[in-house]
Amino acid sequence: MRDSVSGSIQAVGRASLSSVSSVGRAGYLALGAFRALRKVDVWGPNLLPQMARIGVDSVPIALFIATFTGVVLALQSSYTFTGAIPLYFVGTLVGKTMVLELGPVLTGLALSGRVGANIAAELGTMRITEQVDALETLAYDPNAYLVVPRVIAGALMFPAVVVLANGIGIASGWITSLYLLDMSSVEFLKGLRLFFRSWDVWFSIIKSITFGITVTSVGCFFGLHTTGGAEGVGRSTTHSVVAASMIILVLDAFLAAVLL
Amino acid sequence: MSIELVDVHKSFGAKEVLKGFTLDVREGETLSVIGGSGSGKSVALKHVVGLLVPDSGDVRVDGIDVVGLPQQELYELRRRVGYVFQFAALFDSMTVAENVGMGLRRIPGMTADEIRERVTECLGLVDLDGYEERMPAELSGGQRKRAGLARAIATKPKYLLYDEPTTGLDPVTTSVIDSLIVRMREELNVTGVVITHDMQSAFRISDRIAMLYDGRIRFQGTPDEVRATEDRVVRGFIEGRPDLLEVVS
Repeated sequence: MRDSVSGSIQAVGRASLSSVSSVGRAGYLALGAFRALRKVDVWGPNLLPQMARIGVDSVPIALFIATFTGVVLALQSSYTFTGAIPLYFVGTLVGKTMVLELGPVLTGLALSGRVGANIAAELGTMRITEQVDALETLAYDPNAYLVVPRVIAGALMFPAVVVLANGIGIASGWITSLYLLDMSSVEFLKGLRLFFRSWDVWFSIIKSITFGITVTSVGCFFGLHTTGGAEGVGRSTTHSVVAASMIILVLDAFLAAVLL
Repeated sequence: MSIELVDVHKSFGAKEVLKGFTLDVREGETLSVIGGSGSGKSVALKHVVGLLVPDSGDVRVDGIDVVGLPQQELYELRRRVGYVFQFAALFDSMTVAENVGMGLRRIPGMTADEIRERVTECLGLVDLDGYEERMPAELSGGQRKRAGLARAIATKPKYLLYDEPTTGLDPVTTSVIDSLIVRMREELNVTGVVITHDMQSAFRISDRIAMLYDGRIRFQGTPDEVRATEDRVVRGFIEGRPDLLEVVS
């Protein structure tokens, strides 16, 4: 009994120390990346390739998700409203939900899998094959060379992808309303405009910027702290996706509470 | 003294790897550090370029204390020290030429033409002429090591640190790498520190050999002195006789 209690206390102690250590290392990485911002000559040349990888290459998956989200939103709202609320509110619900919530959050979660996992796996492999050490010996700051261009690319490209996803989601909801719900374009657009505020778009953009920074920096953190060979790379990749997804959901609630 | 490690202690968690490691490397010599796998040879080498920070002790290169050196000054010091990694650590996504030119791009005022010229020259020195556009994945183990060596010498370093340069290579390729290490000293006049557990290599390339055992330098001397020593640990290691070693790692 005493052994079991002692073991539990030790496990809690180890977990607490590990958490504090992770927070410390994350803070150290953030500080290093912030300081590395001034080394434009190191991160500058890597920015465009990273913007292409993180943003342009993510467009197909984001649009795929947005298209079907728009379809489902239109169908489900019509199902919910039947007989009680005028059908043009389908346009309102599709527009508001896509822009305020599902566009940024679903895209963020999907990209935490695609982009975050990719970054964690790439940097993790570089870490265990000593490529990160090699960068250091060649007088490159890994924060400037690896972290900064990825985080800036995430902050710039996530909003672009999310705005595109919002547009495609609304368009697919519109098309669904026309062909499956017997609504007219006039009705759908009336609903879409009804409660539209330009702040909604800004809110969506602000959310996607924070999600972009989160996904890329979490991927960099787990990638650069990889240990233990191929298994370690797998572990870092999984941790990166799980942590980024959780942070996205917490940020989502926080930003809604603060900005709306 | 050109490279000095004085009473260096380093632990990873509960495991104490270096327990008062002291070593002097003289200018112009090639010094091999031998020792069993996991004895801390690579750990000691990484302290020289500040990739690892000692728990206590001093690490000096040309009299400059590496420990606590500001980042910019550390990077300047690293330009004087080429590092050849155990598995070459070439950047997968870059060609051989881009790999070799990486360090050169950090030198202010160096033009693209000068970089290209120097890359070609370095690849020639390691007998990899014409491999500029190859990707690391297209190279054999020996070629990767040579490309790693070309990258390390590109910035004309005063020191070259080799981390197990012949591990995993066949005897012929090992001999080629050994010749290159000797050539680096003779043609480029670099001071070399070689981490190895390959005794044949160590005898071929070294001016001096130091044995790391139980976190400290157990013995150091010329290859002839090592061959003649009666130290049972050194004898056990070079003859491959675990019965002579007090602890086998």
